[in-house]
Amino acid sequence: MTEEKNILPTQFPGEVHPTAGGGILLTKIDEVINWARSNSLWPLVFGTSCCAIEMMSTAAAKYDWSRFGFEVARATPRQADVIIIAGTIVNKIAPVLKRLYDQMADPKYVIAMGACATSGGPFFYNTYSVVKGADHVIPVDVYVAGCPPRPEALLHALIALQEKIRSGATREQIKMEKP
Amino acid sequence: MSKEELKSNLEEIVISPEYEEGSEWTTVGFESRYWNSIALQLRHTEGLDLNYLFCLTCVDWKTHLTMVYHLTSTTHRHIVVLKSKLDRINPEIESVSGIWRTAEFHEREVYDLFGVKFLHHPDLRRLFMTEEWRGWPLRKDYEDPVNMIKL
Repeated sequence: MTEEKNILPTQFPGEVHPTAGGGILLTKIDEVINWARSNSLWPLVFGTSCCAIEMMSTAAAKYDWSRFGFEVARATPRQADVIIIAGTIVNKIAPVLKRLYDQMADPKYVIAMGACATSGGPFFYNTYSVVKGADHVIPVDVYVAGCPPRPEALLHALIALQEKIRSGATREQIKMEKP
Repeated sequence: MSKEELKSNLEEIVISPEYEEGSEWTTVGFESRYWNSIALQLRHTEGLDLNYLFCLTCVDWKTHLTMVYHLTSTTHRHIVVLKSKLDRINPEIESVSGIWRTAEFHEREVYDLFGVKFLHHPDLRRLFMTEEWRGWPLRKDYEDPVNMIKL
């Protein structure tokens, strides 16, 4: 860092005090850590149903989500940060979803994409097999409405999750707070 | 082959067919107890050669069940639909998995969801639901107070 002010990107939480021979960065560690985490969330590939196709198109060239840091979509939950539940959760896949969530390392975040993951969606009535909402299985941070949500809606949800992380409002962070 | 030739061929095979109008494909109703011989003849008759069963399903009308078979020929490319009424209390029909191999899985699905017994099926057990599931989910009178919310 040189002696000029404002050489950090505007979103970076902190300010630089220029001194001789460099500068001093004044910030809170929490804010820097949250900023770093929110800008490199790696999603887990978990698409069960039609929303997966919209998720694939969000990941593809036109609505690229790697501009926001979701570059690497991992197939293993051990290396992923955020699980995007794209699709219907059926009674048969609910234990699998729970197991994947348990295998993810802290801090982990959950986005429920689409109507089926939010509340059972079009399958809420008269069905013997659909779980009425993914939050019966795992705790969810961000819900996206739509059937399926447009790629822009999913990007909006991802950005909302990033803002939630930066402001310390996700479930992880609330749990960590001292009462 | 044209529709008239198809109909005349079918008349020789299916005894007293009941044609359904209003469908783009030739639809024939038959009696379920003759299904075995009808199916063999449909497969092996020269000129008909219906060697591709592309859909096997069941419909629940509240008074009875109807089995529906969609057949086509890969050489002549004509399509025939066969329907048969089944009794609700004890629905049974001969399995055609020996004639068209794809029927193995489709008949397991119909057994799982409607409870239709397929006689002489090599491996008739549930496909989608778990092995211990009781009841036939796609029937109209299926009750499931745990999972279903009625509209």
